[in-house]
Amino acid sequence: MKMKYYSEAHEWIMIKDNEATIGISEYAAEELGDITYVELPIEEDDVTVGDTIGVIESVKAASDVYSPIGGTVTEVNAELEDNPGLINESAEKEGWICKLANIDVAEIGDMMTPDAYVKYLKSLD
Amino acid sequence: MSDLEIKNTPLAECHKLAGAKMVDFSGWNMPVQYSDGILAEHKHTREKVGLFDICHMGEFRISGKAALEALDTIFARPVFNQRVGLCRYNFLLNKAGKVMDDLIVYRLAEEDFFIVVNAGTRAADSEMIQSQLPEDVVFEDVSDLTAKLDLQGPLAADILAKAGLKIADLPNYFNWTEAVINDIPVLLSRTGYTGELGFELYFDADKAADMWNYLLSFDGIKPIGLGARDTLRLECGYALYGHELTEDYTPLDAGYAPMLKLDDFPEREFTGKAALKALPVENKLIAITLEGRRAARAGADVLDASGTKIGIVTSGAFAPSLGAAIAMAYIESGKSLDIGDEVQLSAGRSTITGKISDLPFYKEGTVRKKL
Repeated sequence: MKMKYYSEAHEWIMIKDNEATIGISEYAAEELGDITYVELPIEEDDVTVGDTIGVIESVKAASDVYSPIGGTVTEVNAELEDNPGLINESAEKEGWICKLANIDVAEIGDMMTPDAYVKYLKSLD
Repeated sequence: MSDLEIKNTPLAECHKLAGAKMVDFSGWNMPVQYSDGILAEHKHTREKVGLFDICHMGEFRISGKAALEALDTIFARPVFNQRVGLCRYNFLLNKAGKVMDDLIVYRLAEEDFFIVVNAGTRAADSEMIQSQLPEDVVFEDVSDLTAKLDLQGPLAADILAKAGLKIADLPNYFNWTEAVINDIPVLLSRTGYTGELGFELYFDADKAADMWNYLLSFDGIKPIGLGARDTLRLECGYALYGHELTEDYTPLDAGYAPMLKLDDFPEREFTGKAALKALPVENKLIAITLEGRRAARAGADVLDASGTKIGIVTSGAFAPSLGAAIAMAYIESGKSLDIGDEVQLSAGRSTITGKISDLPFYKEGTVRKKL
C-alpha cells in the first residue's frame, strides 16, 4: 500500500513498503516559478529528519529541500540535472527528487495527509 | 499618504486580469511575472516583443534659461553638448563622487529637460537636484502624471508600424521624438533595458490602461514582468541601481571612465568631480560566467584561486538565453584578472567555479539594429 504525506515546508513523501520517495508539492513548485537548477542528494548518504538534502533554484530565489524522514538515499532523479523544469511540469510525479530506504515510518509523526495538506494550503491564503 | 504604503501603478487591475504574480519593488506593487513564467517571458522578448509596465519610475521636468548650465554642474556626464532630440545616460553623484542614481536626460528643447530616474531614489534625487538649482529654474516632479511603458524586442518597430507610425519616422538609438499612438500624444525614445530593439513611451498617466490594452491587442506582443526584465538586463551587463550602482561606489568603480571622459573637458565642474579626481579607484566591476545552471546570488563572496575573498557578487541569476548562470561582482581594483581567469563564488554551503567574461554576456541582441 502507498501512503502520501506532506510537510509544512511543502515536501511530499510517498511511502511504499520500507521505501520513501520525496519531492516538493505542486503548490511549492508554483510558488517558486520556473525552476532553473536542482542540487540533488548523494546516493548512499544517510540522512536524518530535517537534513538539507538538496537545493532548488528558480530564476529569482534558492530554497533548501529538507528531508521529512531519515534513511539512506538509494536513488536520485538524475533527469532533474538537465531538465529542472520537470518539477514545474510534474512536481508530484516525474519531478520526484530522491528515494530513501531504511526508513522508520514512526518518523512521519505529524506530517499531513493529502486532505489535511489541502486544508493547510487554504489556511495560508 | 504614508511613505510605507505600497503604491500601485495605473495598471494594477490590468496585471491582475493577466494573472500576474505581484511583488513589492521599491515600494511599488509590481508584476514579477505573468502566467507564462519568467523563462518564457524572457525568450519572448528576445525573439518577438514584450510590453513592460514601468510606471513606477520617476520623471522630472526641468526648465528655464539657466537650466542647461545648472544641469551640467549637477550630472556627471556633460549636458552642455547634448543636442535637442538626444537622450543621454547620466549619473547623479553626491559630493563624495558616489552614485545617488543612474538616470536618462532627455533634452526636449534648448531650455527644457526631462529626467527619468529610478523609483526607489526619486525622493532623494528630487531633493539633491533641487538643492543645486538656481531660483529661476523650474523643477517639476511629473512622475504621478506620467505613464511609462517599455516596448522591447526585435518586433518592437513592427508593432509601432501596426499602430500607424512610419518606420522612417522612428527615432534612432538614444534619440526621442513626439508621436501619437492610439490618439494619445507620446514622448517616444529608442531606449530600453533589454539589449533588444526597443522603445520607451511616456504619456498621460490617465491613458495608461488604454495604451496598455491597445498595444497588447496586436499579434506577437505579450506583457513581461520585472523578473524577465532583470534577467534580460543582466545578460547585457546593464547596471541595476541598488546592485551594481549604490552610494558605496563611484561610476569609475563601475567601469564608466570612458563614458565620463573626465580629461576631455578639464574646465567642466560637476558635483562629485573633485572626489573622483582625488581618490584612487578602489573597486572594479567584473562579469562572470558560471560553470553550470546554479546561480551565485547578490551578496555571495568572490574568492580567488587560493580561497581568499577578493570581492562580492552584486547580481546573479540563471541566464535563460545562455543556459548557464552569470553574475556581476565588485573585486578589489588591485586584483588583476583577465578574461577567462577562474574565480570561485560562494553559494550556500558550496562554491561554484566561474570564469571572468567580457560584456555583454549575450551578444545577439538587436538593440542597435538599423531600421
